[in-house]
Amino acid sequence: MKNGTTNILIVGVGGQGVLLASEILCEVAKLLGLDAKKSEVHGMSQRGGVVTSHVRFGKKVYSPLIPLGEADVILAFEIAEALRWVHYLKPGGTLIASDQKVIPPITTTGKFSYPEDVEGKIRARAPKTKVIQAYDIAKKLGNARLVNTILVGVLSQEIDLEESKWLQVVERMAPKGTGEINKKAFLEGRAIK
Amino acid sequence: MEKLLSGNEAVARGVYEHGGEFASAYPGTPSTEILETIGRYFKDDVYAEWSINEKVALEAAVGASWGGARSLAAMKHVGVNVAADPLMTLSYTGVGAGLILISADDPSLHSSQNEQDNRYYAKFAQIPMLEPADSQESLDMIKDAFEISEQFDTPVLFRMTTRISHSKGLVKIGERRTVEHKGFERNIPKYVMVPANAHVRHKIVIERLEKLRAYAETSPHNKIEWGDKKVGIISGSVAYQYAKEVMPHASHLKLGFSYPIPMNMIMDFARQVERLYVVEELEPFYEEQILAAGIPCEGKKWFSNYMELNVERIRDGFIEAGVLPKSAAIEKQAEESVLPRPPVLCPGCSHRGVMIALKKLGVFAMSDIGCYALAALPPLETLDTCHCMGASVSHAFGVEKAKKTKKKTVALLGDSTFLHSGITALANVVYNRGTQVTIIVDNRTTAMTGGQDHPGTSRTLMGEKTSAIDLVQLCKALGVEHVRTIDPYNLEETLSVLKEEIERDAPSVVITTRPCMLFPTKVKGKPLYVVLEKCTACGACFRIGCPAISFSPEKNEKGRPKSQIDVELCTGCTLCEQVCPEEAIEEIKKA
Repeated sequence: MKNGTTNILIVGVGGQGVLLASEILCEVAKLLGLDAKKSEVHGMSQRGGVVTSHVRFGKKVYSPLIPLGEADVILAFEIAEALRWVHYLKPGGTLIASDQKVIPPITTTGKFSYPEDVEGKIRARAPKTKVIQAYDIAKKLGNARLVNTILVGVLSQEIDLEESKWLQVVERMAPKGTGEINKKAFLEGRAIK
Repeated sequence: MEKLLSGNEAVARGVYEHGGEFASAYPGTPSTEILETIGRYFKDDVYAEWSINEKVALEAAVGASWGGARSLAAMKHVGVNVAADPLMTLSYTGVGAGLILISADDPSLHSSQNEQDNRYYAKFAQIPMLEPADSQESLDMIKDAFEISEQFDTPVLFRMTTRISHSKGLVKIGERRTVEHKGFERNIPKYVMVPANAHVRHKIVIERLEKLRAYAETSPHNKIEWGDKKVGIISGSVAYQYAKEVMPHASHLKLGFSYPIPMNMIMDFARQVERLYVVEELEPFYEEQILAAGIPCEGKKWFSNYMELNVERIRDGFIEAGVLPKSAAIEKQAEESVLPRPPVLCPGCSHRGVMIALKKLGVFAMSDIGCYALAALPPLETLDTCHCMGASVSHAFGVEKAKKTKKKTVALLGDSTFLHSGITALANVVYNRGTQVTIIVDNRTTAMTGGQDHPGTSRTLMGEKTSAIDLVQLCKALGVEHVRTIDPYNLEETLSVLKEEIERDAPSVVITTRPCMLFPTKVKGKPLYVVLEKCTACGACFRIGCPAISFSPEKNEKGRPKSQIDVELCTGCTLCEQVCPEEAIEEIKKA
């Protein structure tokens, strides 16, 4: 990535592991000897709401929030959330999204519906989009909660750091007893072309 | 060593490193993790407690300070309102060992009922204020706050915001150092605030403020970073970070010790720059003081006091002010319209049954601060107010006394909220002959802030066993004759008990008996499923607002979608089964 500050916006819905993914990225920045900041909001958002985490690293980071239109990468754990935040992506930025759909209960009121052709709409705005069948891969690995680590694996292709270091961080940050399976999930993501 | 810490974690670490021995709080976003961190990692050295409310938290910390322990009380911005009574006179009495009051403000009200700017409390109480701008400063300033408190015999207001509390950054950490202090000593002129003593203390407060004014000029937390002198920017807290990013080449005066404001330093800065701007979040706290000192500056004209600031808003402000060229604007991409995801009551939430019943009964429900307030949103839309801690009880009482409302009015609040501020309100209802039903949705935890213990849970923050308040006995002792408990998963019972109590011409209390689904342990029962052959797509189950229930791909003859239940999310509370008129929802039976 270019010199200066690297901005990674991670988005999803409550319970998808957005915060773990952003912790991993900050630890990686630390290994790279960089300043790092991340910001997210706790509280109401945990009840099935939208969750975002802004991760920034570079020589010196000021704002803990990524300015609009300056995200180098958007990492989305839910496809409609990728669409919601795509305007944060800088021109030519990369968007990595899981194809998973989480349909909110508000749709049953009939007042709102889940958007159609989400992937097409995203690609129209972000040509460098990778849509990953992360949920299927996670289920094959035996745990649907591995989607976040798989996507971090995909993202790792864009950051210049040895694989062994990534694996160290993933193992250290993973919840107790899930180090091995998280490393496996990370490598699955890292291998996706 | 460097660690990635949130502002809240850094404050906790600072209290540990700088000899703190006592910490108290009532949980409230965005302040909660300060005490959680102390309770989890530092409890061997720093006593930590969840107090029953913020007033008690501050008073306990005051006692600990007078008793010789460096102390901290932490709360969200609106919590300081609750603690304002002890705070205002604490300014007069002063402290023993160092005493810090943390106010975590919530610009943009991510998790709050208002976005008040608590910097005014420093001015109001005439006490010094520190405002960290990142996690490192959150740790470092705790040291200074303790020292200033002891040197000037004053509490220190330590003002954070959501972005400082919940952003993480790299922090250099150190070892714990302790400071010796004596225990409580009799000092009647200082501690007994009868008028004869208090007026003497007020004089001391005024003199102290002058000394603090001089100190502010020398504080290392107020600093000038010279750049281009065409534009000078005064900022503090997270607004400094945004301003620095937007205007890296301008001259910056960063305020960290921000009350009393270092006016000589500001005057000197103002003299050396061509145009002076004040960039601060929320109200014009610095700007008003700077203008009052006769120094021309511009602030709120370009940077609104509505909601939190960010890089975009500050950039736009400087473009409008003519400081940055129009070409500096980043072309804003249109936002895609994507359906909203409002927060909702969890699948199996023990509040849901009461909400369904209230909707059926068609009463007004004055409500309170907690997860249950989410039932005011669609599809339940069954609550009528949410205002401040414990207010539901008195609001319902006042509506009754006004005698203009024909519909019955009930009060509804949670266990933690009732203990915080509902007890006195209920006593007032009984004393003044109100007849309302007060519903306590008792889920045995402080759920909205992440499941903290309280005086009804039999556990302390440090994990010790303790006695639990019996809510039934408590309400009876207050003089409520009719106190009943209900199982909120039994809709028929919930409805009939509430109906009886609403009709009763005497005050009553109804208490639910099921725990929170998430805290302290996740509850998971046998999941249910929809028998599609029986489902007529009537939509009754959709109207209870359960996240586990969604549209099935299968439709009825009119093309309306039938329902389906997510087995992973369903906890088996059976409320949907009870509202289904077709008996189309059943427990999954193992083959």
